[in-house]
Amino acid sequence: MAASLEQSGVPTIAVHTQVFARLAKSVALANGMPRMRQAFVPQPVVDRSAADLRGYIEGIDPISKRPFVQEVIEGLTKPLQQEDLQGLSFERNTPRLVDPDTEENLHRLFIENHWTDFLPISLPTEKRVAEMLKGTSHPPDKVVGRLRPTNFREFWELTVEKVAVNAVMAGARPEYLPVILALAASGITARSSSTTSFATISVINGPIRNEIGMNSGIGAMGPYNHANAAVGRAYALLSQNLQGGSVPGETYMGSQGNWYAYSATFAEAEEHSPWEPLHVQKGFKPTDSVASVFFGGWYTHAGYGPRATWQEKMRHCLSAAEHYSPPFFVLDPIAARGFAELGFDKKKLIEWFAKNALLPAREYWDNQHIQTLIHPLAVAGVEPYATRLKAKPDELIEMFEAEQINIVVAGGETQGAWKMISGNLRATVSIDAWR
Amino acid sequence: MTEHVTVHDPRGYPPKVTGKRLAPRLDNLDRKKVYLVDCLFDNSEVFMEQMRDWFAAHLPAVDTQIIKPRQSWVDDPDMRAKIAADGSAAILGVGL
Repeated sequence: MAASLEQSGVPTIAVHTQVFARLAKSVALANGMPRMRQAFVPQPVVDRSAADLRGYIEGIDPISKRPFVQEVIEGLTKPLQQEDLQGLSFERNTPRLVDPDTEENLHRLFIENHWTDFLPISLPTEKRVAEMLKGTSHPPDKVVGRLRPTNFREFWELTVEKVAVNAVMAGARPEYLPVILALAASGITARSSSTTSFATISVINGPIRNEIGMNSGIGAMGPYNHANAAVGRAYALLSQNLQGGSVPGETYMGSQGNWYAYSATFAEAEEHSPWEPLHVQKGFKPTDSVASVFFGGWYTHAGYGPRATWQEKMRHCLSAAEHYSPPFFVLDPIAARGFAELGFDKKKLIEWFAKNALLPAREYWDNQHIQTLIHPLAVAGVEPYATRLKAKPDELIEMFEAEQINIVVAGGETQGAWKMISGNLRATVSIDAWR
Repeated sequence: MTEHVTVHDPRGYPPKVTGKRLAPRLDNLDRKKVYLVDCLFDNSEVFMEQMRDWFAAHLPAVDTQIIKPRQSWVDDPDMRAKIAADGSAAILGVGL
């Protein structure tokens, strides 16, 4: 926004908190305005009193070490230099190959450049990448899509070959490549830079699950299957490398990080489910192979069921869900059949979850994400948020729409377990299109 | 001698960066309208109120006005047009 205002002829200065200094400067550079005026205050601003914030304003800019207000006023009034008037245009090329070196040095280079997840990788030699590319009919130079770490960053473009390179690094096999390409084509990064540390969790449906030997049974969500592990890791590595990085303080700002970000892909146990699979619910045929990408991984609740008090248990979990991130449920086939025996299909159970995800309005509106992202919509009259805003402080409001909640069946029937995981379904994409 | 191997670069393709010029700066802020843009992050409204109060106390000749976009994270062309039409400068914050 600051760059747009400058282009409209309005001298502008953007104020950030100090932890965003490197990020703010790299975004300014990518916007072609590397000398965009910026001033910094200490972190945090959230939860600080008016007096604290006044102290920030009357204090020292922690980056420039000069008085904050001096930075602000000079940013708007100090005459521009020659470099300010020129801007900065440049091309950035990514070479196809890295300079030849020993394997030991190349492994070190990949780590130093933040191109790995710090676990051992398979070096993407020309031979290995060529072998990986046999997993798809698409040409290496075909553009698969674009990715970026977060909304205000630039999109980087990715090709079939670049996806294959990252698939090799993750230890994937050529037959996994269509799944990995579909995830890359989703446009959803598995390396979000959100300060909330979102991750992605991917669910695979259709015949390809069995063709490549994915696990939807015992340990489906754990490190017990090559295809599950390698596909999830490939999606993570390609996201960080093909979007322009995922480097803490610069292109990654997740405050606490997220274990789901290593690898989080599993298959739905369609053959053991009493209900239609996820991809059929979303309009695909049962014979289609499809990848669904959930953006979340913020919280995980768990339980057994459905036992006699399942409704109370579910209400506790639902009310404890982070308000901005709707849940998706992963039910072991035993739990799924238990709900089916109570008369629920997926649709009815989702509707029950939505009706029982209740929270007093004062708690809902006190949430940081809700304040930042939903409150402005409510003020602007956008439903259902506007109605929620009218509720009295102690009035219970429904946090989620039924359309935001999903159910997947997976597990090995060693227990009637279920998990409720933060996950907003962002994309459902064809894998067959990438065979 | 240890064998050298050739491997692919794993990075994607960035867009071309096109340079943009900064707007001319003001001689001073006296009797100028400076928009304080509340970017809608949690508590940024309080920060901008304090900015407004600071100007009122220390540089009262500056005309400050708090303005908000319709949504956080989303560009608001109408708000930008209003600032460009009757504002002399803008301070954005707090957040990206």
